[in-house]
Order: sequence, then C-alpha cells, then structure tokens
Amino acid sequence: MLDSAWIIPLIPAASFFLILFFGKRMPRKGSEIGIAALAICFVLAIATNIQWFQHVDDAEHAAHATTEEHGTESEGTDAEHGLAPATGVADGEQAAPVAAASTEVAEETEHAEFSVEPIHKTWTWWSNGGVDFTAGMLLDGPGVLMLFVVTLISLLVHIYSTDYVNGDRRYTHYFAFLSLFTASMLGLVMSESTLQLLTCWELVGLCSFALIGHWWEEKPNSDAALKAFLTNRVGDIGLICGVIILFFGAGETFDILTINQMAVAGDISHLVLLVGACSLLAAVMSKSGQFILHTWLPDAMAGPTPVSALIHAATMVVAGIFMVGRLYGVFFQGLSIGVSSVNLLAVIGGVTVIGGAGLAFVQSDIKKVLAYSTVSQLGYMAMALGVGAWTAAFFHLFTHAMFKAGLFLGSGSVAHSVHSFDMKQDMGGMKRFMPKTYATFLICTGALIGLFPLAGFWSKDEILAGASQLGGEGAYTAFLVVGSIGAFMTAAYMTRCIYLTFHGEPRGHAADPHHPPHESGPRIVVPLYILSALAIVAGFANLPNTGVLEFVPDSLALRFEHFYEPKGEYFPAALESFTHPTFSIGIALISTVIGLLGIGLAYAWYWQGLGPHGITKRNRLARAGHTFLVEKYYFDRLYTDVIAGSVKGPIARAANWVNQNVLDGVVNGVGKLGVGTGRFVYERIDQGIVDTIVNGSGAAAEGSGQGLRQIQTGRVQQYAALLFAGAAVLAAVFIVVI
Amino acid sequence: MDDLLLNQFLLLGAVLFCTGVYGVIARRNSVLVLMSIELILNSVNINLLAFGAIHGSIAGAVFALFIIAVAAAEVGVGLAIVLLIYRNRRSVDLDDLAQMKG
Amino acid sequence: MVAQNIFFYAFAAMIVFSAVRVVTSTNVVHAALYLVAVLAGVSAQYILLAAEFVAATQVLVYIGAVMVLFLFGIMLTRTRIGQDQELTHKHWWTGLVTALVLFGVMAYALIDEWGWSDHPLPADTRLSVVNGSNTATVSDAVFSTYLLPFEAISVLLLAALVGAIVLARKD
Repeated sequence: MLDSAWIIPLIPAASFFLILFFGKRMPRKGSEIGIAALAICFVLAIATNIQWFQHVDDAEHAAHATTEEHGTESEGTDAEHGLAPATGVADGEQAAPVAAASTEVAEETEHAEFSVEPIHKTWTWWSNGGVDFTAGMLLDGPGVLMLFVVTLISLLVHIYSTDYVNGDRRYTHYFAFLSLFTASMLGLVMSESTLQLLTCWELVGLCSFALIGHWWEEKPNSDAALKAFLTNRVGDIGLICGVIILFFGAGETFDILTINQMAVAGDISHLVLLVGACSLLAAVMSKSGQFILHTWLPDAMAGPTPVSALIHAATMVVAGIFMVGRLYGVFFQGLSIGVSSVNLLAVIGGVTVIGGAGLAFVQSDIKKVLAYSTVSQLGYMAMALGVGAWTAAFFHLFTHAMFKAGLFLGSGSVAHSVHSFDMKQDMGGMKRFMPKTYATFLICTGALIGLFPLAGFWSKDEILAGASQLGGEGAYTAFLVVGSIGAFMTAAYMTRCIYLTFHGEPRGHAADPHHPPHESGPRIVVPLYILSALAIVAGFANLPNTGVLEFVPDSLALRFEHFYEPKGEYFPAALESFTHPTFSIGIALISTVIGLLGIGLAYAWYWQGLGPHGITKRNRLARAGHTFLVEKYYFDRLYTDVIAGSVKGPIARAANWVNQNVLDGVVNGVGKLGVGTGRFVYERIDQGIVDTIVNGSGAAAEGSGQGLRQIQTGRVQQYAALLFAGAAVLAAVFIVVI
Repeated sequence: MDDLLLNQFLLLGAVLFCTGVYGVIARRNSVLVLMSIELILNSVNINLLAFGAIHGSIAGAVFALFIIAVAAAEVGVGLAIVLLIYRNRRSVDLDDLAQMKG
Repeated sequence: MVAQNIFFYAFAAMIVFSAVRVVTSTNVVHAALYLVAVLAGVSAQYILLAAEFVAATQVLVYIGAVMVLFLFGIMLTRTRIGQDQELTHKHWWTGLVTALVLFGVMAYALIDEWGWSDHPLPADTRLSVVNGSNTATVSDAVFSTYLLPFEAISVLLLAALVGAIVLARKD
C-alpha cells in the first residue's frame, strides 16, 4: 500500500469528473459517488497508516539490530505493539523465546537514533532546458498523518452535507468541488517537489473560492469568495518567490527532500534560507490565516457550514502549517529556530493567538466565533513551529482537526434548525431542543479549551512545554506567557459562545412557536458523535511518560512522535539544537487553572450576571476597546479604505504628479517647473505655513501639468522614442557603474 | 583579418538594431513601422546565433527559430490591426492616430 | 578564412545599405524590396555562422511568407505606390538622435567587452555535428529539450492565426 499510495489523491480527482459529468443523472445527484470515493480513500489511508507504522518499526529494528547486535530479539517489539498483523506471525515465533529481553530492547530503542526512509516516487512531468519538472509522491510521517486526517474529516463532511445542503440548487456541483478540494489537499500533503506543492496549493485556493462562493447569488457571498481568493494571491506571490529562491539555492532542484537535506546540512547559505523562509512565511500568513493576512478567514464563513468545517479543520488553513512542517529544514535553519530566542514565525504565531482570541469575544455570529478561534489555534501551531516544537504543532493540528470539525458541524446543526447563525438574535436555550448536538458541542469545546483529559489538553500543553523549554537557553519563555493568555481567552470566549447558543431563554427564530427548533437527523448527528469521540481520545496518541505519568508503558507513550515525526537527514532532528520538550506537570496545572479561571469568569459574567455589564456604554475607554474589536482591529478598513482607496485616489494622483514633474524636468526643460517652483517658493516665503506648501505644490503641479500636456501627444512613436532613449540612458548608466 | 570575430556579428546586429529603432520612430506609415520591427528582430537573431557559435551551443539556433515563428505571428496580427485601422479611418498614417493625447 | 571575411563584409555592407534604404526610402514598395535584400543578407550571415537550417527557414518564412504579407498589407491599405514624401515625420531627427545614442552605447559596451581583435569564432564554426549536418542537432534539441516551448509556439501561432482572422474579417 505504501508504494501505491499515490492512488489516494487520484480517486477523489476521478470522482470530481465523474460527478461533474454523470452526477445529475444519478439517483442521489452525485453525492453517492463522492461518498464512495472518500470511503475508499479513508480505508486506503488507514491501510497506509498501518503499513507506515510497520515501516517505522522495521526501520527502528534494523537500526537497532546493527548497533546492538540483538538482531532476532528486537523483532519482538513488533508483536508487542500489535501493529504488525501480517508479519507478526512470523516474527512472533522468533520472538517468543526472548520476549523477556524485548521490553528492555524497546526501552533502549526509544532513545536510539534511527532514520526512516520516506517513500519517494518520482515521475518526470516535463523537462525543459535540462531541468526536470517532476511530480510524484513523498510519503513520510506528516504526509501519512494528513492522509488520515483529510480523508476522515472529508468523509464525515460529505455524509453531513447530504442532509445539510439537501435540495440545494447546485447540489451536484457542491459535491464535485468537495471531491476536488479533497483531491488537491491530498495531493498537497504527498507533494515531493515544491512545484507540485505550488500546483496543489493553488488548486486548494481555487476550490475554496468555488465553495465559499457556493451561494454566489448573494453579493456578500461572492465578495467573501473573492476576498479569500485575492488575499491568498498576495501570499502566493511569497510562495512563488520562495520556491524560486529555494530552487536556485539548492542547486536547481524542486525536490523537497534534497532542499531539506541541504538546508539541514548547511549546504545552502543562511542568507538564502532566511530570505526563502520569509517569502514562504507570507504564503503561510495568507493560507493559514495568520496576522496580518487573516482577514479573509472569517469572511469565508459565507460558504456552507460543512465547507467551513473542511476548510478550517483539515484542508485549506492547515496547508500553510503543513508547508512549514514539510520544509522545516529551511525554516529551522533560515530562522535559526534552535538557537535564537525570538523569530518571525513565532512572533506571527504569538500575535495571532492573542489577536484572534480577542476578536472572538465580540462576534455574534456563531461561525465567526469559531473562525476567529481557528485563527487563534493556527497561531498556536505557527508558534509551536516557531519555537521548534515540530511534533507539538502537528499534534495540535491533529487534535484541532477533530474538535474544530466537531464544533463547526455542531454549529451547522444548530443553524440548520433555527435558520440563522446569529447567537444573540436567534439562539439561546437550544440545550432543550438539541440535547445531542449540545452534548457533542460541549465535549468539543472542552477539548478546545484544553480540559483534562480531552484532546486539546495534551496538545496545547505540549506547545506550552515547548515554548518554555526550547530555544537558545530556553529563551522562548515569552511565548509561554502568550500561550497561557491565549488559553485563558479561549476558555472565556467559548463559554460565552455556549451560553449564548445553548443556555438562557430562546430568542428570535429559536423562540418561534410555529417552528420550534428540533434535533437534526442522523446524517448530521452521527458525524458529530464520531468527532466528539475522537476529541476525547485523540489526545492519548501522544501520551507522555515522564514526570508524574511515568507509569505509562513505553509501548503506549509518545506514539505520535514515534510514528509521525520524520527521522532522517532531511529533518532538523538530526541537528544538535533540535530537542523535544518533555511533559511538565507544572505547566499542565497552570494551564488547567487558567482555563478554569476563564470558564469561571465567563460563567460569572453570563450566568450570574456579575461584573460591570454595560461598561461599553458607560466608559469611553471600554467603548473604544469594544469598537476596536468590532472593527477587527481596522484591518479591513486598512486594506480597503487606506491601501486600496489611496492607490485609486490620492496616492495615484500624487504619483502622477511626481511623474509629471520628473518627466517635465527631464524632457520638457526646466522652464515650466521653474515658474511653478518660483511660485511655490514665493508663497512659502510670503506666508510660511504648511497650508501654503500644499497650495504652492498644487499650483506647481498645475503649472507643470499644463506644460507637460504637450508631451502627452498621444503619438505612440514619441513614446517609443522616449522609451528607447530611456533604455539607452539606463544602459549607459549600467556601463559606467559596472 | 584571419578569423571571423564574434564582434563583427555583434556590431552588425547593433547597426541593424539601431536602424530599426530609427525606422520605428521616424516613419509615419504603419506598414513601414512593422518592417522596421522586422529589422530589430533580425538583429536579435544574428546576436543569438553568434553567441551560439562561440559557445558551441545549439540553443542560439533554436531560439532564433522560435523568434522567426513569433515574428511571423506578430506580422500577421500587426497587419490585421493595420487593416482594421485603415478600414475605420481610411488612413494608416500614425500621425492621425493620436486619441491618447492628454 | 579570409574568404569568409570577404563574404562577411560584402554581405554586411549590403545589409546595412539596404536597411538604411528600408527606413529612408520614399517609395513603400521599394522599402519592402530592400527589406527582402536585408533578410537575404541576414540569411547569408546565418550560413557563415553554420546555421544552415535557420538560414533556410529565414528564406522560407521571411522572404516567402512575411514579405508577401507585407505586400498584401501595402496594397490593401491603398498606400500610394510610387514617390511619397510624407512617409517620414517632420521630427525624424529625434529618431536619428535616439538611434545614434543607442548605437554609441551599444558599440562602446560591445567593444569594451569583446574587443577589436580577440574572441574569434571557433575555426570550425560547425556546432556539434550529427550525421554531417547541423539540422539534425537542431531537430533533436527542438523535439527533446525544447519541446515545451515548441508546443507553446505552435499554440501561439494558432492564436495569432485566429486573432488575425477575427480582426481583419469584414463582418
């Protein structure tokens, strides 16, 4: 299965075309094709995972056999892990006599250095000028992990969607694009070259555009889709630049393994890596919704809720995080993560943790609360990668995918029932009507907040432990503080969200006596059950076995790190500065207390009505803060009004003015400019205040502009003459200078 | 005067290029401007082949071929545009086409 | 080698003279015919540079096809055949100044870099010869290394064909 895993992305890709061409003629309008394709993919992904576990264990034993000369004994661990059903029989026979020794061996191998060969297949796509452009698959820990996550979430979203968008006008197209979305994400996680990564990256963006704008008849929806697409274009420039820089930096290759290997070994100069990593960071910021390019993410809620779940849990937004993890050698070396005390990636992540959480407080749309929560959680992942805790970041990605998908689908279930997303207007008291949704939502919220022993507890703690222990002399402590504040805010805004949605008195649509809210059907509830069950157990995948948890057997401890963290020369784990954080009971206690504090405060505020309610109306400072949050830190204003507006208006005019003055000076003689300048100087001497500077320059612009009209003859040949003359002058300058 | 020098060809290309530039700027008839552009393209081709010869590389010849193909496309579309202009304005004089005047 | 030099300078003189006539002639058809001379001369230079396939293509495509197009263009636009003093701008000197400045810069750069008398072309200017002919090498390169640009060019030609028809047709 490992060698033929490349078939997994091809199945949904084929299903895309099948649905597109035949979907409308099928009895269930094409959704059955999508579900069948994803079900096959999911089974294959599980098979791939199991074989991958075996592959890792084999590599471990092989390495161990050579170093410790316990060739046959070490085979025993296979059977012990219970992960090798096929080979287990044969191995078990050999292992039986020496079973006693095998535990000892296993303990030693936990710390032994060994490398796992990634499964690497390449096909030459096309070649030009001696450079081969390849496509293929690169399968290692993170890739295998993502195969599982993407296919699982996508399958559940497919099933959920059959009920949620039932009867929609573009039902068939919806499922077609879900398939393509999944296919491109699966292709992305298996990319073996940066070029393939770029291609799939763009495909993911395209599909998100189509799905966010699914109901494009309404202007806000198509605006949101455009915004997502265009914001991502900004980052894509960074990705393209990064790919090109790395292509030349690594000696004209797109191969991810080679690039990583060279970066880790120090064969690429630090400056190249730094510039490359910063360029790629722009792509991460846009795709993974990091400040300051996060603005598209909340607007993307305009799409159908299952799509939001898919985008936020498994596909689109984790693509950026995945890319950092995939090219971690570049980032680790380029940003000096292992030895520095602060770096761009960690700072961006830290700012995003706090910034996103702050915005979640003032949203009244339940999906936007979750959207900003995603922004904040992605900040955690970026921060973890920034401090060097690779495993923590991917572990959080894994657990977050489970509970955030559960939360989104849960919010969709509520909204499906009350036909509105507005918590303040149309919800409240939903606990009574939708007990199943409430229970699952509560579990997933607990996991998000990080309550023991739910999934988020383990992953968030690992990030915090990483922030406190890693870096040059443990110097990322600042990010421990940031992470703790983020945990507090998460607890508080999620409690608020639960209160507004499920508690209190029904309002608006929820209180409509003619259409009382009702629990959703099985196709919606069952995915919720599955996801909340996973939100409970997923955290145990990386159970630590140090400190107070010493009783955890080795065969169960740190399985996630063991199987999914890449081991080999292409991953910075080979470096000395790369270390793993260890579980710290202190940090776990602190973060739990902080989380409970957040819940408690929010409980006191909403349930008990304690605290200064209405302060935003009484106190100017509080009101200003509230407005600041409601306006989303004015980022949208900055982009649309200040930047876009000014490019259209004043700056364009100013640039034009400068242009004309400069051109005038060069081409049309200084006479006219002299008149304008004379007037300008005269007026400044005469009146000597800022006001006249503006007036004077305006007059200068007008005077020179009038003179300049004469060179704007509309004759292309004069423009051509200017062009060639300019080229000649530039060439002369080059010759003189160089 | 024994061997062919690289610079002979490059300078010939430069002369041809500048003649073409002069033609593009100084001619009024748009068909003649298109002809001048052909001069420029040919000068580029001479340069490409000369450099290809001195480096012993086939790339120069290949790119010269591509440029000839592009030039053919350019002339085709260019003349179609000139024809359209003529049909609309009964003139191919570039001095008459000054709507872009500011 | 002296023979090659004589060949070069004879054709270079022809090219320069004809090129100057292309941009100065007062008769459109004469200009077109001088352009034929330029193209033929350039084709001869290609042969000196051992690119006989490009030279043949130059003759076929340029002199064969492009020039016919130009003559069609001249006739269809009813340009006055014969003497026409209005073919050149009043401000022709701007073009002259630009061209001279450009030439000065280029000539300086070229001579500075490549010198008056060094950098001779390889004595056997034939490139890596396959089966006694350069053409085979070109075809190998076009259909393997440069296959993709080649396909792109063919799409471009198709697009230009369609575009030209759409633009020029009377609807």
